[in-house]
Amino acid sequence: MPKDHGIGASSKRREDVRFLTGTGNYTDDINVYGQAYVAFVRSDVAHGRIKSVDTAEAAAMPGVLRVFTGSDFEGVGSIPCGWQVTDRHGEPMKEPAHPVLAHGKVRHVGDPIAAVVAETLQEARDAAEAVMADIEELPAVVDMKAAVASSDTLVHDDIGTNLCYDWGFVEDNREAVDKAISEAAHVTTLELVNNRLVANPMEPRVAVGSYEAAGDMSTLYTTSQNPHVIRLLMGAFVLGIPEHKLRVVAPDVGGGFGTKIFHYAEEAFCTFAARALKRPVKWTSTRSEAFMSDAHGRDHVTKIELALDKDHNFTALRTETYANMGAYLSTFAPSVPTWLHGTLMAGNYKTPLIYVNVKAVFTNTVPVDAYRGAGRPEATFQLERVVDKAARELGVDPIELRRKNFITEFPYATPVAVEYDTGDYNATMDKLIEIADLANFETRRKESEGRGKLRGLGINSYIEACGIAPSNLVGQLGARAGLYESATVRVNATGSISVMTGSHSHGQGHETAFPQVVAEMLGIPEDMVEIVHGDTANTPMGMGTYGSRSLAVGGSAMVRATEKIINKAKKIAAHLLEASEADIELKDGAFSVAGTDKSVAWGDVTLAAYVPHNYPLEDIEPGLEETAFYDPSNFTYPSGAYCCEVEVDPDTGKVDVVAFAAADDFGNVVNPMIVEGQVHGGVAQGIGQALLENCAYDETGQLLSASYMDYAMPRADNVPMVTVDHSCQTPCTHNPLGVKGCGEAGAIGSPPAVINAVIDALQSGGHTHVTHIDMPATPNRVWAAMQG
Amino acid sequence: MYAFEIERPTSVADAVSALSADEAQPLGGGQTLIPTLKQRLAMPSKLVSLAGIEEMKYVRRDGDVLVIGGGTTHGRIAREAAEHFPGLAALAGKIGDPAVRNRGTIGGSIANNDPSACYPSAAMACGATIVTNSREIAADDYFQGMFTTALEEGEIVTEVRFPIPEKSAYMKFEQIASRFPLVGVFVAKFSDRVGVGVTGASNDGVFRWTEAEEALAGNFSADALSGVTAPPASDMIADLHGTAEYRAHLIPVMTRRGVAAAA
Ligand SMILES: Cc1cc2nc3c(=O)[nH]c(=O)nc-3n(C[C@H](O)[C@H](O)[C@H](O)COP(=O)(O)OP(=O)(O)OC[C@H]3O[C@@H](n4cnc5c(N)ncnc54)[C@H](O)[C@@H]3O)c2cc1C
Repeated sequence: MPKDHGIGASSKRREDVRFLTGTGNYTDDINVYGQAYVAFVRSDVAHGRIKSVDTAEAAAMPGVLRVFTGSDFEGVGSIPCGWQVTDRHGEPMKEPAHPVLAHGKVRHVGDPIAAVVAETLQEARDAAEAVMADIEELPAVVDMKAAVASSDTLVHDDIGTNLCYDWGFVEDNREAVDKAISEAAHVTTLELVNNRLVANPMEPRVAVGSYEAAGDMSTLYTTSQNPHVIRLLMGAFVLGIPEHKLRVVAPDVGGGFGTKIFHYAEEAFCTFAARALKRPVKWTSTRSEAFMSDAHGRDHVTKIELALDKDHNFTALRTETYANMGAYLSTFAPSVPTWLHGTLMAGNYKTPLIYVNVKAVFTNTVPVDAYRGAGRPEATFQLERVVDKAARELGVDPIELRRKNFITEFPYATPVAVEYDTGDYNATMDKLIEIADLANFETRRKESEGRGKLRGLGINSYIEACGIAPSNLVGQLGARAGLYESATVRVNATGSISVMTGSHSHGQGHETAFPQVVAEMLGIPEDMVEIVHGDTANTPMGMGTYGSRSLAVGGSAMVRATEKIINKAKKIAAHLLEASEADIELKDGAFSVAGTDKSVAWGDVTLAAYVPHNYPLEDIEPGLEETAFYDPSNFTYPSGAYCCEVEVDPDTGKVDVVAFAAADDFGNVVNPMIVEGQVHGGVAQGIGQALLENCAYDETGQLLSASYMDYAMPRADNVPMVTVDHSCQTPCTHNPLGVKGCGEAGAIGSPPAVINAVIDALQSGGHTHVTHIDMPATPNRVWAAMQG
Repeated sequence: MYAFEIERPTSVADAVSALSADEAQPLGGGQTLIPTLKQRLAMPSKLVSLAGIEEMKYVRRDGDVLVIGGGTTHGRIAREAAEHFPGLAALAGKIGDPAVRNRGTIGGSIANNDPSACYPSAAMACGATIVTNSREIAADDYFQGMFTTALEEGEIVTEVRFPIPEKSAYMKFEQIASRFPLVGVFVAKFSDRVGVGVTGASNDGVFRWTEAEEALAGNFSADALSGVTAPPASDMIADLHGTAEYRAHLIPVMTRRGVAAAA
């Protein structure tokens, strides 16, 4: 019997009641009395020198309160970067300034040049059109390799190069890797592009700044995945507002996918303008603005070489990647192609020698940063594509080649500096073969052939690193923050509980899953537990939600705080039961004395804590509220095996995903239904990346895919029913819940499965010259590949 | 959006007089015009909504001709044309999504003449007649290249008359983002001729593939198309979603499928 409550139960998502009945309180639903509205004037050229910005006409228009330009921000800090990468030669990365409003130059289409604040949105937009920016257009830096090869055109003149860093990992392995590759029995080489994506959360970004002069108190309501991080970055580095004078609130944020982690100029602008004008100031991004101002994802150009010995053991791996940073360094941008990517290049394999080179490049494009998976999808895609290509070149079964090289003993220290605690890659592969009914694939292929379609099968296995991350480790790697998480468990007098968490839920289901854990630990109903999050005023300092860290790190903090609650409650119970604390047991919401029928209910203990008439006041304080900060000792390593079946229309090149199966090892699972939903969503995004989504610039730096007319999001009919299994469970050994994280797996594991399937379809259909197609594998690209 | 005035006449005559104002523009279902206004790409001083004009909303059979009011929505055409002209009903039923189909009108689509609009291919293949408040225009004369038609300022498409073919099919190969046709081909077989209308593909907008029409007139089968000169790639649209060569390739593919599917 599946459980119906607590850990392991598929409790229904309680937050969905408000989301699905239109009673959510999204950021754009927030209106502050007396608010004015912002319209940004954005650059329509990719690169140019600002000769002048004439605001006189705009300032005189009806309703306009003030027009701001870059010069208003001269005394203000630069939008900071949260991670410093050190290059191959021990030098720090190049870190150009990122002004709130462009100053001197514009560096991408969408770069804000000026901002109009007016009484109404309409008036702000009208006046924004009257701002006259005289911009001398410069040639645009778009192609990464050209940007590095020549310094004729620089995105940032003051740093003298377009190269942010040239990173080698592990640099000491370089020569040994080169040697192993030159001596290998077989080397498979693949050049590929990991396409640039736009995250497209359903709710565009919003910022509402307000200022209460009497108390000198600033408040920012923002679409953020981590309000405390925004308070720290914006308060300390940009505006110089101390934490106790700045409150950041991120309410029901309508999706994030990574792009709402970062601190954005618009947040700083609204907070700054509210102080300057002593009026609340609201900005809501249009969808068009979102395309040209939300940080984009991916955008890597990679060459990967895999060396094998005569028995098909992987002996070495070498990669060279150009990673697009865009025009400025977004908050976590430098870490994505390095520490979130290079450390994953071992994948599921015991390849002994690995060298990863990454050149991060500035271009006149929107900044690029973490997007669902962040670095791990890029690592997995290239690795699983090259392994598949090697299997074809060697004429061996792609599953057998993988199995031969799987890591089977744990813990396992990879040559790229991480230690996998647990995993069983053969188990997930076995499970995949079963749930995907691979035994009958050839029958299905024949059936497709009968309908004139080429059917292909794509397999891959993946590993990822979640639950980020040990603070001391990431500190050594250049993080300018700790990556712990926090929770306060406040037990109320009647026994109900509020958990104040530093994690942030913007669709993940924390409000359901977190209470399941606390309820299980205390033996009380889930509905006695409520999650409070998203407001720096009433939650402890936390680092927020990304990198599939919420349950593994935030949940662990909550477990630790709940353990403290249990310890204290036992002391109270011991007093009430006149027994020794050591004899007190907590079960099904009651404390009892071991071996007796004496017990006291949970509610009696909590009441005693707040009405301490009969209470050990000499030993313990009244009240029942505990806080814990949890800093993980390692990453967690979810893994799995995915399979995709496609049908290709040989006349048009159109690819349909007709079957998809995912066998994941997420360690312990708190809510199987939510986990399944996370995998479904991740797979949908992965199919989107593989077949549809393409953020494209032309050579002048104009964004070609600037609306849904040209940027293809996956829709229901692009995604088949996904068979999901997470019964293979090797619990994480170092967090109290044994959980690993599931939020990104789907997006990491699916793109290589889809492309491997497309290649299989074409090859088995006689197009043996097609060894790779770049994502998205659009009909035109697939058709062109078939033409040769 | 910029501010504008709006009028809601209930007759064609009132609409025509409202449109005589400076910079006035008709508003059909708004599925093209409203997004354009929201992006501040157009600045009409007055919109004349046609949505309240009941005399422009109908689908009726008049002998061998299907007569459709210019204000009729795609959704209604999909339902009410199905019995008489399934090929056209299927075309209408694949435009956008239900919300688009419940607002967007055939008159708006025909007036706008987007190079990727669906109806123009059917109008060309069938030799439809576009009826306005002042005249009747043959499809061949009406469509004059991308976003260009024979319409004069203030002229309203009040009706479209489609000769009903014996068999027809619309093959829409969707652009993956917008799901407008990257190439759409309407094949219509009449007792004495065959029409092949191609949309989405050409720099000159919708066109008839006359070589295919001739080949199919003698032998209405997909095989009849082998050896027929395909429209040259040099005339085709090239963009993010398809090269000119790809679009040129898709025209015969979709035509063949249309012939095979025609019902
Ligand atoms: C998401 C989406 C998907 C779509 N997919 C498709 C598709 O696959 N295929 C396709 O063909 N179309 C598609 N469309 C366009 C849709 O069919 C529009 O409804 C149509 O192009 C315009 O019709 P409308 O009634 O909405 O006109 P409006 O948007 O109101 O007007 C369009 C233009 O025509 C003028 N106009 C309107 N009615 C008349 C009239 N009776 N006489 C003279 N001028 C008039 C207006 O002044 C304006 O210039 C899509 C639209 C959307 C939003």
